[in-house]
Amino acid sequence: MELKNLATYAKNTWCPGCGNFAILNAIKSVLSQLNTEGYPLEEFVLVSGIGCHAKIVDYLNINSFYSIHGRVVPAAEGIKLANPNLKVIGFAGDGDAYGEGLEHLIFSAKRNIDITMIIHNNRVYGLTTGQYTPTSPLGFKGRSTPTGTIELPINPLEIMLSSGATFLARGTSHGIELLKKIFKEAILHKGFALVDVLQVCVTYFNVYEYYDKRVYELKDHNIEDYNQALNKIREWDYNADRPIALGVFYKTQRVTFEDKLLPKEETVIDREAKIKKIINKFI
Amino acid sequence: MLEEKEFSLLIGGKAGDGIDRAGVILGRILSRLGYNLYILRDYPSLIRGGHTFSIIRASQNRISTHKNKIDFLIALNQDTINFHQQRLKDNSVVIYDSDTVKLEAEPATVKTIGVPLTKIIKEEKATEVMRNSCLIGAFCKIAGIEWTVLEDVLRKNIAKDIDLNLKIAQRGYNEVKEVMKIEKISPQSLPLLTGNEAISLGLIKAGLKAYIAYPMTPSSPILHFLADLAKEFNLEVIHPESEIAVILMALGFAYTGRKVAVGTSGGGFCLMTEGLSFAGMAELPIVIIVGQRPGPSTGLPTYSAQTELHFIQNAGQGEFIRFIVAPGDAQEAYYWSAMALNIAWKYQIPAFILSDKNLGEGVVSFDMDIIDSIKEEGAILWDGKSEYKRYMITENGVSPLAFVPEKKAIIKVNSYEHDEFGITTEDPQITAMMQEKRLRKGKYLLEELRKYKTVHIYGDKKALVSLLCWGSNKGVCVEAGENLGLKVIQPIVLSPFPNEEFKEAMKGVKKLICVENNATGQLARLISSYGFKIDEKILKYDGRPFALDELEEKIKNLS
Repeated sequence: MELKNLATYAKNTWCPGCGNFAILNAIKSVLSQLNTEGYPLEEFVLVSGIGCHAKIVDYLNINSFYSIHGRVVPAAEGIKLANPNLKVIGFAGDGDAYGEGLEHLIFSAKRNIDITMIIHNNRVYGLTTGQYTPTSPLGFKGRSTPTGTIELPINPLEIMLSSGATFLARGTSHGIELLKKIFKEAILHKGFALVDVLQVCVTYFNVYEYYDKRVYELKDHNIEDYNQALNKIREWDYNADRPIALGVFYKTQRVTFEDKLLPKEETVIDREAKIKKIINKFI
Repeated sequence: MLEEKEFSLLIGGKAGDGIDRAGVILGRILSRLGYNLYILRDYPSLIRGGHTFSIIRASQNRISTHKNKIDFLIALNQDTINFHQQRLKDNSVVIYDSDTVKLEAEPATVKTIGVPLTKIIKEEKATEVMRNSCLIGAFCKIAGIEWTVLEDVLRKNIAKDIDLNLKIAQRGYNEVKEVMKIEKISPQSLPLLTGNEAISLGLIKAGLKAYIAYPMTPSSPILHFLADLAKEFNLEVIHPESEIAVILMALGFAYTGRKVAVGTSGGGFCLMTEGLSFAGMAELPIVIIVGQRPGPSTGLPTYSAQTELHFIQNAGQGEFIRFIVAPGDAQEAYYWSAMALNIAWKYQIPAFILSDKNLGEGVVSFDMDIIDSIKEEGAILWDGKSEYKRYMITENGVSPLAFVPEKKAIIKVNSYEHDEFGITTEDPQITAMMQEKRLRKGKYLLEELRKYKTVHIYGDKKALVSLLCWGSNKGVCVEAGENLGLKVIQPIVLSPFPNEEFKEAMKGVKKLICVENNATGQLARLISSYGFKIDEKILKYDGRPFALDELEEKIKNLS
């Protein structure tokens, strides 16, 4: 399948140079690759929240569930639990997933539901024109914090690791080849996978140069070792000037929530007779 | 012998005494004698201690309300006597634990029968919670109920230590003499169901595939009941992290074509409102059960009220169609819950079942004939031929559904305003067209609802004075209306409001008295927006449902 077949007629409204293009192009490439490897496209469902990131589902000619702010995760979980044969990919911003929706992310990792979360982490609210997010560095001057934030950012990968996520990775929008590799691996991972993409907002927080100078790809890293993963995740805390590791931090196998649910038998049930049987017990 | 073919029992103790279970057992014993039952369950918001009681009313007629006055008082502790002795009639019978309860001010005509529970429990090496079995045994003997009936009901209702329980019941039975015989009035005994159980079974009947909920009184029993039935009916029953997750997960289920319901109370529904509005925009079918209780905020968690009609009617940003039904008893709860699921899917809208603690946890005799009276109806599905458009403009506003995975269709749902394909738009023409499409469904739904009885009339249909009620006040108003020669009007569907049917029901009414369990008269406000005038309001907002004798008194005091 040609890449262009995955596009819709929707006009792209991201700013020129927006980091979201890298995510869009990478996922297009991964989806068509997976399709040629035998994964039918109709079995994919893309879920998004609200924010610049979320427009991605308008630009892809794939089943989609354009959800509301902060609620990508429970929507994706519902779709997956309703039909475990589907491949469900959630796209969310950092305000969306790490702010308003953090609780859902923690519980989804805890349950190890087989969904893939791709976080467009530009560390700023773009669509609402430049306020700080949970991952903005200390002192970030946004429109709601003109003299700089007075709180430290969270390290989302550390939270996800301790919550039970079974696949954790990071990429940047200046590294589309790595993104493709990680996305594919994350989608094929059976269990809760999260990819934090340091995606740059050219308009409100242009840190392309800052990232380019500090990022490096993980090498000689044992992705199955929890403690090694924790150390590497802690190396950069989204605030201090430190090297920023990219690639897969952690990958492990744990039985998924949906596999533990009751098996879905598609047998016809005589509901009427069974209801009567139950009510008869109440005499 | 009891003269009237109707009577009431009150059994009370502290939380942890098994009062609730004992009330149901007493109800089932009386069902075996052919009576129709209603059981009011009153318990505080705590796990151990406090005062808990059930009023069990039995009648030869269909009932779904209690009376304040009682014929039998069964007291496991002193509080039960202290709190409820004002309910006694001249010839009532008090059965009590003579080891722990002191009687003082009972009128001389009241018969008092003590049973030494502490002594019996000790002698039989039984546990504290079996004390109620002993008093149930004593009651049966006093009421002249055959031992075999009692034994059979106990065996069916108690799984743990049944032999010891039977022995304890036998001790109580043998301890006393027959005093006031309760006659068997019919060979037919009806099952006893709560409103919550009826709602659950109605949803199952109409094809429920998943139930998602976060625990909240008074709707939690639906979660528990369906979790127990999950295997039998192939249901997914999920309890996620919050009501926000509940409704979003449910919408995910709906997207894949699986029929789903959620349940909560007012506070939990507050968290669901953004998801509700999303369902309105994305046209995702969902059933939402709201069990009302007194508010604002936490209010009285384990008590009853009709506080959320306006909230449910107006919740969620933007304008969209919703179906709201307020069943009046377990029969209606079964039927209209099934209907709500059918309507949600047929019109791709949110459908509400408005309940309360009184309906949800009250226990009534259930007529099995209603089971087959409603069946699952399918949604309007895509023909598989034309190009698939999730939001295709149609005459009645309903776009045919397709579900993932579908080889020939791309299925896009969207919380933004969108075009027919589901892609975001800000185009003024499409925006107006889509808003009209969604609202158009309301008109067709209202038309379809004309096939059903959406407004009920009871009592003296020619009377000039009419009571107006909704939801769980049906039972008390119908009986009061019949006893006092009044008409009774009960709208069941509250949105879209069945204006024509209501107008018809109002014909000939000169004085309208609205009866509600809230402080402001929510149905009164709703009908006034359709031009109907309320003459009097009888409102009760202390968390307790109206008793029949109480309501009759209030009606008489009006004129």
